[in-house]
Amino acid sequence: MALMRQTVEKSVQKIFFLIAMASITTLFLIMVFLFREGLPIFKTVSVKEFVFGHYWYPTSEPPDFGIFPLIIASLSVTVVSAVISIPLGVMTAVYLAEIASKKVSEIAKPVVELLAALPSVVIGFFGMVLVAPFLQKVFNIPTGLNLFNAALMLAFMSIPTICSISEDAIHSVPVALKEASIALGATHLETIVRVILPASISGISTAVILGLSRAIGETMVVLMVAGGAAMLPESIFDPVRPMPASIASEMAEAPVGGEHYYALFATGVVLFLFTLIFNVIADHIAYKYKQTGEASL
Amino acid sequence: MAAISEKNLKSGTARKQADITTFTVPAQFASGRQRRKVFQTLAFTLFRVAAVINGIALFIIVYFMVTRGWRAITWTFLTQPPMDSMTKGGILPCIVGTFCLSIGAIIIAMPVGIASAVYLNEYARPGRALRLIRLGINNLAGVPSVVFGLFGLAFFVVILKMGVSIIAGALTLGAMSLPVIIGATEEALKAVPDTYREASLGLGATKWQTIWRAVLPSALPGILTGAILGISRAAGETAPIMFTGAVFFTPILPTSIFDEVMALPYHIYVLATAGTEIEATRHLQYGTALVLIALVLGINLIAIIYRSRLRRRMQ
Repeated sequence: MALMRQTVEKSVQKIFFLIAMASITTLFLIMVFLFREGLPIFKTVSVKEFVFGHYWYPTSEPPDFGIFPLIIASLSVTVVSAVISIPLGVMTAVYLAEIASKKVSEIAKPVVELLAALPSVVIGFFGMVLVAPFLQKVFNIPTGLNLFNAALMLAFMSIPTICSISEDAIHSVPVALKEASIALGATHLETIVRVILPASISGISTAVILGLSRAIGETMVVLMVAGGAAMLPESIFDPVRPMPASIASEMAEAPVGGEHYYALFATGVVLFLFTLIFNVIADHIAYKYKQTGEASL
Repeated sequence: MAAISEKNLKSGTARKQADITTFTVPAQFASGRQRRKVFQTLAFTLFRVAAVINGIALFIIVYFMVTRGWRAITWTFLTQPPMDSMTKGGILPCIVGTFCLSIGAIIIAMPVGIASAVYLNEYARPGRALRLIRLGINNLAGVPSVVFGLFGLAFFVVILKMGVSIIAGALTLGAMSLPVIIGATEEALKAVPDTYREASLGLGATKWQTIWRAVLPSALPGILTGAILGISRAAGETAPIMFTGAVFFTPILPTSIFDEVMALPYHIYVLATAGTEIEATRHLQYGTALVLIALVLGINLIAIIYRSRLRRRMQ
């Protein structure tokens, strides 16, 4: 009887372990299939031509598969959105964790969560039908569907990520540090800027990187709002075509097993590598500089 | 905490004033203190403004979708398929499709997600295997939605020959919701007091019996909240189902899991960018967006309220 119980215990633990491997297996499968379907394009163009080629004309004869403008578009949209989302996200986190009364933050937190819950296609639709005409009129530009509009919409998609992770980091700063600072005569603001923010900087960095990773990988917003021109942008009001937009809009027309299909998967590989790098860095910071109280300062 | 610090500061100021009468503290200190207080008030206002901007953004988006969309919402709109090359009629196939896809995704992701979280929280010991699994989950959470779509296309649709179908779409969405479910379940399991486990083990139960009879039942509400949030996330996604589950147009409702479906988010995208008459169908687009928002935010609101009640009860 006892022996049977032990066997059951052992096998249950094994089963759970195997199921827990599902995430990493899925991640592995994603990589395998991206590379399997993406690498054949490099029989036609070299890696260098693909990554640094300036022309993306996948359907013309002969086709051009240069995704440099798409990479630059993705990066520039992400950077512009970061300029908006980092200050807003971190400041909101500080407000929620440090300044707001309990009652206010009980209302404000769900607001941030609901902002995160808005489907990306709705935000894209909003940017397309309402923000674009507005920008066009206000700035007197040929099209409102451009880099700036996309970055603005993306910013509000990454703020919830940045805000909630930063808030957790701020909350885990030991109270003793704060009390010491205030006891030394610092105001609450001085305590926030000189003690609390430096103490939670690793958590905040993780938050920012994950927010950026979300922005660079976001699809529907850039598909609907960024304008779709595969050119190098010269101003923030130029239309651009970030990598996810290109993949999403062209995949339906690309025949399975054709050059265009492979090129889109290869673009997916590049996009995946970007987010993978972001995530590994975030993970590394979170793991290495784990906040463990006063000792980590 | 804020209250304590303010009180400290105030009593500090009071003491200083007392000092002034006895020792005459130089005047510049007092004014410096005041200047710092004014500066703090200004800065705090700025922080408050940042927080308010988020609220405004949410409000504006919901406001426009509601005011421009509510007129499109009629009984016909909710119960009829699209007609006349999608310029008239309703969105019933999209509602049904989104329902099938997101419920399917959660049926797939929940058992796997809960079991993973149980392993991580109850069985795993710190070490290389645990670190590897965590790395996998974190990175899976960061994979762009369109890359999930590519994966689903290459693996489920083409290699496994499922074609564009509910099952392929649900599997893709399920893989995507896995990290959300794992995260929520872990949080729920952590909230179960260790005394529950100790009591059960002390009575002679095995570890598995403890988990099954003592830990999981008390974590169940938290786990369900996570599942609800997972459903709403899956319902709102577009990119993963574009190549795997959803199609441009099909007037028939699905009869098996190998049928292709229409979906609310994809329908909005199609009408807004590729429809035959983009301007003329604007009201249908707003209407569809409103239905999707109501669905997703409604589900979320229920989960949030339910969770905050739970937390209060725990305290």
